[in-house]
Amino acid sequence: MIEEGVISSARPARGLIIMQLSASRLTVERGGRIVVSNLSFVLDAGRSLTVTGPNGAGKSTLLRALAGLLPLSGGTISWSPLSGATLSEQAHYVGHADALKGLLTVAENLAFLAAMLDAGNGGMPVATALAEFGLSHVANLPVTYLSAGQKRRAALAKLLVTKRPVWLLDEPLSALDAASQALLAVIMGAHLVQGGMIVAATHARLDLAGQELRLGARP
Amino acid sequence: MKNGHDAPVSPVLGASLSALFVREMRAGRRIGGGTSLSVVFFLILVTLTAFAVGPDLALLGKIAPAILWISGLLATLLGLDRLFQADHEDGSLDLLLTSGTPLELIVLVKCLAHWILTGLPLAAAAPFFGLMLDLPTSQLLSVTLSLVAGTPALTLIGAIGAALTVSLRRGGLLFAVLILPLCVPVLIFGVAAAGAGAGSMVPFATPFLILCALTLVALASAPFAAAIALRQLNS
Repeated sequence: MIEEGVISSARPARGLIIMQLSASRLTVERGGRIVVSNLSFVLDAGRSLTVTGPNGAGKSTLLRALAGLLPLSGGTISWSPLSGATLSEQAHYVGHADALKGLLTVAENLAFLAAMLDAGNGGMPVATALAEFGLSHVANLPVTYLSAGQKRRAALAKLLVTKRPVWLLDEPLSALDAASQALLAVIMGAHLVQGGMIVAATHARLDLAGQELRLGARP
Repeated sequence: MKNGHDAPVSPVLGASLSALFVREMRAGRRIGGGTSLSVVFFLILVTLTAFAVGPDLALLGKIAPAILWISGLLATLLGLDRLFQADHEDGSLDLLLTSGTPLELIVLVKCLAHWILTGLPLAAAAPFFGLMLDLPTSQLLSVTLSLVAGTPALTLIGAIGAALTVSLRRGGLLFAVLILPLCVPVLIFGVAAAGAGAGSMVPFATPFLILCALTLVALASAPFAAAIALRQLNS
């Protein structure tokens, strides 16, 4: 059983600034086809947004647009506090690809991600983050030798090695077993308690208190 | 107050760039021996040309700078089309784009790691292969120096092609077609500098300085061109 206490090492929130992520009338095209149109939402600190919908509804496109990886063809995304850092520098994006180098070990990959993604907010040491996700025993193994679920957990461990307030998760539960899904739910819950935000696209049930955004299928 | 806030930015940038450099070197070395493989490819190209030309030592010695430079060019560009493609396929390019580190610097660091793993060993091996081709001993040093000065330009120009063909599965051929014509000036002045030695008509300094200038121009422009191409990737 995974208890809430597992992630007790996570630091409590301190000096919270009021954060808000809002999107108004978002339109995103892919290959000349409008995939997301006229989408608006407001997300406050400590809240989550679960994006659901059938295949091709634009869930991944929406997440990539929020991460700044796709240009908007209409609408605005506003992010406060306006501290100079853009949303893409304050957001963790976990896509379908695990973004891990197969020839490097799990620990090397995470140490690189920690240094690369560090926005000066701090984070957990790599060993602690790996322990949270139950990967300590494979820390020194090249990623190539990991199972799909272990690779997924290693990719998710980057959420902990560097603190970024917004988590953009595309199908975070894919390839995870029941225990890992429960573990991720606990970690996501703790992130929300600390005042973070989560936007997750999923087909599965994520037990997150928060809004749900249902995207319709497009012909 | 403002200055106090800005101060921590540059150590963070330095840390992320050095982490990227370490990762590139590690990944590069673990792929099939990295360094040694490009030198072996270099050796094979040199040997093949020597076999094709035949056992005319005087002729081989005369065209040795050209053989070494063409082989060096091809060995540098071999695998360079994967410079960004591997990152694109495994999703880490997305992370590099959202890291907050300027993309131009990321391109530059990746080129530096590639050159240390490819161009530098080639230049170091060149004098030995020059002896094989009966290159006059007075020219051994100029071949090495010209390769040290010229191969960074090849890596940097290649990075533009690698960025342009990043999303193409079989972009290797298109990469070569795009990049090889751009390498012509480097090749001309590289061979001219390599062939200049004691007793030659052209002084070494003239083509060598132009070669250095070409590398500096590539250094100043290629990271920007490659970064623009990479940013266009998602649109």
